[in-house]
Amino acid sequence: MIRLAAQRIALGCLLLVAASVLIFAGTQILPGDVAQSILGRSATPESLASLREELGLNKPAVQRYLDWLLAFLGGDLGTALSNGKDIGESVAGRLGNTLFLAGWAAALSVPLAIFLGLLSVRYQDRTPDRMISGLSLASISLPEFFIGYLLIYFLAVKLQWFPSVATLNADMPLGEKLRTIALPVMVLTMVVLAHMMRMTRAAILNVMQSAYIETAELKGLTPFNVIRKHAFPNAIAPIVNVVMINLAYLVVGVVVVEVIFVYPGMGQYMVDHVSKRDVPVVQACGTIFAAVYIGLNLVADLVSIISNPRLRHPK
Amino acid sequence: MSRQIDDYVRRTTVGLMSRREFFGRTTALGLSTAMAGTLLATSVKAMGPNKGGVIKAGIQGGESTNSLDPALSASSVPSHNLTAFGDLLVEVSPEGEIVNRLAESVESSADARTWHFRIRKGVEFHNGKTLTPDDVLKTMERHSADDSQSGALGVMRGIESMSADGDIFSVTLSTPNADLVYLMADYHLVIQPGGGFDDPASGIGCGPYVLEFDEPGVRHGFTKFANYWDDGRGHADQIEVVVLNDNTARAAALQSGQVHYINRVDPKVAELLGRAPNINIESISGRGHYVFIMHNDTAPFDNNDLRLALKYAIDREEMVDKILRGYGSVGNDTPINAAYPLYSDDLGQRAYDPEKAKFHYEKSGHDGSPIVLKVSEAAFPGAVDASQLFQQSAERAGIPLQVERVPSDGYWSEVWNKEPFCASYWSGRPVQDQMFSTAYKSDADWNDTRFFRDDFDALLAQAKAELDLAKRKELYRQMSVILRDEGGVIVPMFNDFIDAVSTSLGGWVGDPGGGSMFDGALVKAWLL
Repeated sequence: MIRLAAQRIALGCLLLVAASVLIFAGTQILPGDVAQSILGRSATPESLASLREELGLNKPAVQRYLDWLLAFLGGDLGTALSNGKDIGESVAGRLGNTLFLAGWAAALSVPLAIFLGLLSVRYQDRTPDRMISGLSLASISLPEFFIGYLLIYFLAVKLQWFPSVATLNADMPLGEKLRTIALPVMVLTMVVLAHMMRMTRAAILNVMQSAYIETAELKGLTPFNVIRKHAFPNAIAPIVNVVMINLAYLVVGVVVVEVIFVYPGMGQYMVDHVSKRDVPVVQACGTIFAAVYIGLNLVADLVSIISNPRLRHPK
Repeated sequence: MSRQIDDYVRRTTVGLMSRREFFGRTTALGLSTAMAGTLLATSVKAMGPNKGGVIKAGIQGGESTNSLDPALSASSVPSHNLTAFGDLLVEVSPEGEIVNRLAESVESSADARTWHFRIRKGVEFHNGKTLTPDDVLKTMERHSADDSQSGALGVMRGIESMSADGDIFSVTLSTPNADLVYLMADYHLVIQPGGGFDDPASGIGCGPYVLEFDEPGVRHGFTKFANYWDDGRGHADQIEVVVLNDNTARAAALQSGQVHYINRVDPKVAELLGRAPNINIESISGRGHYVFIMHNDTAPFDNNDLRLALKYAIDREEMVDKILRGYGSVGNDTPINAAYPLYSDDLGQRAYDPEKAKFHYEKSGHDGSPIVLKVSEAAFPGAVDASQLFQQSAERAGIPLQVERVPSDGYWSEVWNKEPFCASYWSGRPVQDQMFSTAYKSDADWNDTRFFRDDFDALLAQAKAELDLAKRKELYRQMSVILRDEGGVIVPMFNDFIDAVSTSLGGWVGDPGGGSMFDGALVKAWLL
């Protein structure tokens, strides 16, 4: 069991290094370098040359990668080429914001999705099931920017309940913070709800076909208790899997929502620096995103191993 | 009637009526625009600005990569920051006149080669230091060093030497330039303590507001500097620049009252937004223009008949109508329009003429292969649509134009100034000399039409040294004619700057230099 977990973690680290190589290679292939992107329209040959010299862009690519990797392992993310700010500091603030938003969206959407999934199974093919499925499928079918604009129009412009601009800052009290992120949390919840809800429903229905469920019913348990005690524990692995995928999405894939609500998260930060070819920042963000993705998948794997005795005690 | 006018003036002054509406109504009552303008200005002055409060602006053009270094400022958010914490030697007023700021007076020698700026006394930096001519000298040295990354490096060329002596900062030029003082009004040239050599991005200047928080790509906040020297600026206690790059988010923030004004309103929604009861649309025609540029030294564009054919094949009226929705004016294949001092209005407007286009196209002897125009939305808003309109109007003249859409990312490094025919924009310069020197002189850094003409350069040098305004105007006229008839630039339209402003904001005066009162509304406007 512990060996299995250690294996998985080692594999995860290896994947992470591979991902960072890919990201570095990707930023090298993009047209134009950081000096050109910083100076943009106002570049002159002299200013380009002086900026390249200053930023150390004249060293070979492999050396630049290795320099970066060593510093990164030592906890030094370096400074941004474009504005000279400390990357560690900027990323910490941005990552904190991203996790804050993702955390509240998850806290709202995961229990809701699982509860609605259970409810759907309980009332399978009856009105509540159809309503839940219909509404959640509708919300996943609409693009997130559209849902965002709809909410802005009705809740921010017309009713003025929530601010349309979710500019978060550290010195706000918690209540104020929650009000500020209310709209993006709603959008994200609507976007990830359907996937998790449908998976919960499907996984439990699958288990419900089993003979031991019939036995449980025959011994007189209430339908909801049958689902809760017998079906759900056996369906947990696929549900955890899909929950983790959605959590990872909430952390790494919400650039559109960040742009619409002007939320100071990691996505916008990374996109800005990609367009400026600011390799150290892109590297740092990319590696963190990869770590989140790999980490959450690792957790999903471990949970499914733990929850399944057959995997826990391999022959 | 006069009572009615008074009422309009009052309502406009307090912001219940837009300036556009005011001029419309007073003209209807028989008042000339000039007279109405004077009336309004006097009234605004008489009311006086209100002090206090917090003004917030929702601004497009900021990224998390932005720096506070004045030399690197290249978009609206950084330049808003510069006007908040910094001050210039001189400024250009909305009427095109020089306004003394940190320079108390400006004098030049008779031949316009040596310039003296008397530096204002008793001006304090935010770090407590007092402004000296030496700070000015160091600042100018930083921007004009050979390896400077400053966006103002181009305007600093031609300076032979600079010195600081007593209260005077002096500039000696290698060739005379009657416009030097306009060049010194470049918005990058914010005076920093010690020239900003130690810490260029510190955000310390001697402007009306002190930097409070700096979160690039999110927001920048400032509080009033207690020891600011000029009472006519910095009315609010606090100001904040909120970065809002998404068009819809910007409009929503204004509508829900989270910001007091927004910039770069999409012409498509300007009309709709202006209908809201608490919002005015403020648009001003400026010197900015959208262009299609051809390399004069690359086939097939090295043939003047082909260039003329393309110039006649573009329907300017249609572009102003459909791309700018009327918020703009037609261009005349020269970068100069009425917003420039010494503009000649007798050039004759070039219009869409398929017959002439066809004539020149056939005369050019082009082999009929498609002429490729590279374009992306990065060139200017609506660039792709504009190119398609161009392609259709050219097709009616029998010219095979092929529009090739390329990614916005990397457009300025890979396409512009590299491909022989592409779309682009210019934001204009305060004076004609600077516009021509930046983009059309043979050895200009940004000669993006590869326009190499000795006679044009000679006229430019002659005009630079000519102190007689009438003669200079004539020289500029000749240069515009050369560009119009033989240059590689197609200027279909000059775009207006469109801002949307809450009616709770007073003191708004459009500036042809740029939108949002040339990015200075936060320090010049006040809350009503």
